[in-house]
Amino acid sequence: MDKARLVSELAAIVPAPIVTAPEELLVYECDGNTLDKAQPDVVVFPTTSEQVAAIVRLANQYQVPFVARGAGTGLSGGALALHGGIIIEMCRMNKIWEVDYVNQRAVVGPGLVNLHLSLAVADAGYFYAPDPSSQGSCTIGGNVAENSGGPHTLKYGVTTNHVLGLEVVLPNGDLVHFGGATLDTPGYDLTGLFVGSEGTFGIATKVTVQLLRKPEAVKTILAAFATVADASNAVSGIIGAGLIPGALEMMDHLTIQAVEAFTGAGLPLDAGAVLLIELDGIAEGMEEDAARVVAICQQHGCRQVRVAKDEAERALLWKGRKQAFGAMGRLSPNYYTHDGVIPRTRLPEALERIQAIGKKYGLRIANVFHAGDGNLHPLVLYDERNPEEVTRVMQAGEEILRTCVELGGALTGEHGIGMEKRDCMPWLFTEDDLEIMHRVRQVFNPHQLCNPGKVSTPARQVPLWRGDP
Amino acid sequence: MATATALPMFDERERPPREKITACVHCGLCLDKCPTYRLLGTEMDSPRGRIYLIKAVSEGRLAMTPSFVEHMYLCLECRACETACPSGVEFGSLMELARAQIERHVPRPWWQRLLRWLVFDELFPYPWRMEQLCHLLRGYQRLGVQTLVRRLRLLALLPARLRRMEAMLPPVPKRPFTRSVPPWLPARPPRQHRVALFSGCVMNLFFPDVHEATVRVLQANGCEVWVAPQQVCCGALHVHAGEREQAKRLARRNILVFERQEVDAIINNAAGCGAHLKTYGELLADDPDFAERAHHFSAKVQDIAEFLARTPLRGPLAPLRQRVAYDDPCHLLHAQRIGEQPRRLLRQIPELELVPVTDADFCCGAAGIYNLTHPEVSQRLLEQKIAHLVAAKPDVVATGNVGCILQLQAGMQQAGLAIPVVHPVTLLARAYEAAGTG
Ligand SMILES: Cc1cc2nc3c(=O)[nH]c(=O)nc-3n(C[C@H](O)[C@H](O)[C@H](O)COP(=O)(O)OP(=O)(O)OC[C@H]3O[C@@H](n4cnc5c(N)ncnc54)[C@H](O)[C@@H]3O)c2cc1C
Ligand code: SF4
Ligand code: SF4
Repeated sequence: MDKARLVSELAAIVPAPIVTAPEELLVYECDGNTLDKAQPDVVVFPTTSEQVAAIVRLANQYQVPFVARGAGTGLSGGALALHGGIIIEMCRMNKIWEVDYVNQRAVVGPGLVNLHLSLAVADAGYFYAPDPSSQGSCTIGGNVAENSGGPHTLKYGVTTNHVLGLEVVLPNGDLVHFGGATLDTPGYDLTGLFVGSEGTFGIATKVTVQLLRKPEAVKTILAAFATVADASNAVSGIIGAGLIPGALEMMDHLTIQAVEAFTGAGLPLDAGAVLLIELDGIAEGMEEDAARVVAICQQHGCRQVRVAKDEAERALLWKGRKQAFGAMGRLSPNYYTHDGVIPRTRLPEALERIQAIGKKYGLRIANVFHAGDGNLHPLVLYDERNPEEVTRVMQAGEEILRTCVELGGALTGEHGIGMEKRDCMPWLFTEDDLEIMHRVRQVFNPHQLCNPGKVSTPARQVPLWRGDP
Repeated sequence: MATATALPMFDERERPPREKITACVHCGLCLDKCPTYRLLGTEMDSPRGRIYLIKAVSEGRLAMTPSFVEHMYLCLECRACETACPSGVEFGSLMELARAQIERHVPRPWWQRLLRWLVFDELFPYPWRMEQLCHLLRGYQRLGVQTLVRRLRLLALLPARLRRMEAMLPPVPKRPFTRSVPPWLPARPPRQHRVALFSGCVMNLFFPDVHEATVRVLQANGCEVWVAPQQVCCGALHVHAGEREQAKRLARRNILVFERQEVDAIINNAAGCGAHLKTYGELLADDPDFAERAHHFSAKVQDIAEFLARTPLRGPLAPLRQRVAYDDPCHLLHAQRIGEQPRRLLRQIPELELVPVTDADFCCGAAGIYNLTHPEVSQRLLEQKIAHLVAAKPDVVATGNVGCILQLQAGMQQAGLAIPVVHPVTLLARAYEAAGTG
């Protein structure tokens, strides 16, 4: 079929712009991870659920693959049009439809920027708990697709724990509703199935989320250690003592250099690692808990403790942590973010092995991660202009992931499988496991037109779609 | 598609440097802070997308096609992305270099070339010509022509851009500031500093009252002020439009003028000029005669708020019982990282209440001449801005850049609101005056 016809039919569905110029499609060839690239044939910007449904029906009619895209901050190539076709950009569907404080929920468009939701309900004393470090840009729809977590996942859980219901355009173009206004609804938990499906089960067009009351008190503590091992032991000590901080994050020496250059928050540049520990909850007992945390850190060789004295200092410390990935640009032209999970008790061992892998391949690796739940983010620094180095980066990456799996962990904590780790799935799952996944996917996505080539190798190989121009 | 080779590529002259491009790690943390991305949602109109396009041209994957040019010029150069970027991308400088490449290689239609030549090369560099033009405009306003023209709806005959310009034209004063005061203005004793005032071009002609307020406040704070004659336009307009050679000529001229006296600081009160004056060092880095001197010059440049906020203001200041909404000019907040200082100064005026404004760090759409080149985007940004300002229920709006003042005034007028928009230094001068010290 010819592309001009597809474009003209799309134009009857969605408002302008419709992006088709090669130099404009170029910027849609990758997301937050620049190692994988694939260009779409056309990008559209729907503003209503009906438009999304109509686009999907049209795609089915002409057998054109399609992919939803939020802010393109994903790190596993999820939003790439691997087989060409249509990118359905959701950012204009960013309305907050309804906020119901009494029942603590909100209905939002999937294109809403995560942070905008928390900002909108802040004055009323509420917040939306999942807080990926990219929350200033990424969309709720992207979060739903990736089942995103964040620093506060340790205490509050990941996206799926906060999504009550969904309006979804299925891969065949039907507009359906999953879940409802409460966490537990009768029947199969299709909401739970959809969250984390990485855009392969359809396109979310409305999301009903849970809002939480802001904690009465918050204490943010920065503790500096001479070595990563000391810091890791302190993490185990804190959790072992039955304390559950809202967040428990670690940054290693290399990360500290990059972050400090950006924020100037006064991080100790000579520390081997720092922990950012946040306690939140009721005010009573907070001081005591904080004192216990500090004492445990000191037992494990902590050299310096700093407690944020006001909201501004707290925000500054968090700014450094949340933007740590981006700050890597100060150390290297490119970095490759990994997302392995390991049992928390094996942190020191895992980090040691990662450093050894870095040495073996002659690569610098920075670590900044959710220490509390063992979700590692080794950042492998490189320069994409050096193809030989890129090869080493890929080899090192594979070895890092294998290490995580060997230590009893998983391939991804929160960034998803996408296309990036698709071929690693068999390391973790048996053929039977994978077969079940294929079959579930087949139910939702029988023609494999919806985000083909991601998560698992499709049963039916979708040909690369390139309309005649 | 035309082949990449048939279309212009970057040449070697001041090529956007590789390190500045690769400083962008494609994380997307800047997206939501970019006004054009927030408005349009198109990746090509985001900081990350623009850098990606520059990178593609730089690597020879893409040529400077019309669409490339369009996306480069749709950027406001507000530099909000620099504040947001954890990786330290110097976006403003990259964009200036990319635009200079465009201007060298992509031909514009004859009428644009003519207009640009007239404005950039024949008008702005010459204070005397600027002044003559002002006399004409003043005649237009004073002799009743403006009223007549407006009444007869003759403006409908003008293109939209000119109409917009006409509507925003402030009442033109009789004489430029530099020619209405002696070159040296004494300090209120004890004298603490000797400073120079950078008078600029448009400021000097249209806003002598802001300069006057600036000088008064400086004097009240123990500064002897030198208003150097023969200074010229800073050249900010030129670099943003890709006219780097003319910008360099203007920079050299200003350096020569300000070298004549030894001063502690060169004070300016227009954020757009200040941001650019501070980069003379970089602009002339390859000029053996001027590199060092430009550096020295830039090191002395300070915004009025930056300079005054270093120490508590000298009293006495009379109370001003007003709710003031302060709106950050992009080239003050993002380009010079001055956000706290103007607020700190305003808070020192007794009884003045500083009210918070949502998205005060967002561009109002003025962006130099952007409101003339891209009226539609500019208008939408302005409407958002006015809505946020109005929600704060201020008696007066303060912002430290004339372009923004004019834009916000136009916005208030469109919305049928009578909320005045002034420079913060004007409020300070009023407080001094009312206390009998100004
Ligand atoms: C600096 C940085 C820090 C990060 N920190 C974290 C972190 O702490 N925790 C974390 O979990 N992730 C993190 N990420 C990864 C990323 O931000 C998240 O995966 C985020 O949820 C992606 O959202 P997005 O809107 O950018 O989605 P995109 O990247 O645009 O898309 C991601 C996937 O979602 C799908 N999708 C998008 N919208 C919809 C929709 N409406 N319906 C169905 N599918 C859809 C796409 O098809 C794609 O498969 C980080 C990324 C960066 C660059
Ligand atoms: S400009 Fe900065 S914040 Fe934006 S994508 Fe590039 S590195 Fe990230
Ligand atoms: S300068 Fe402003 S408009 Fe241009 S990319 Fe940066 S944030 Fe966007």
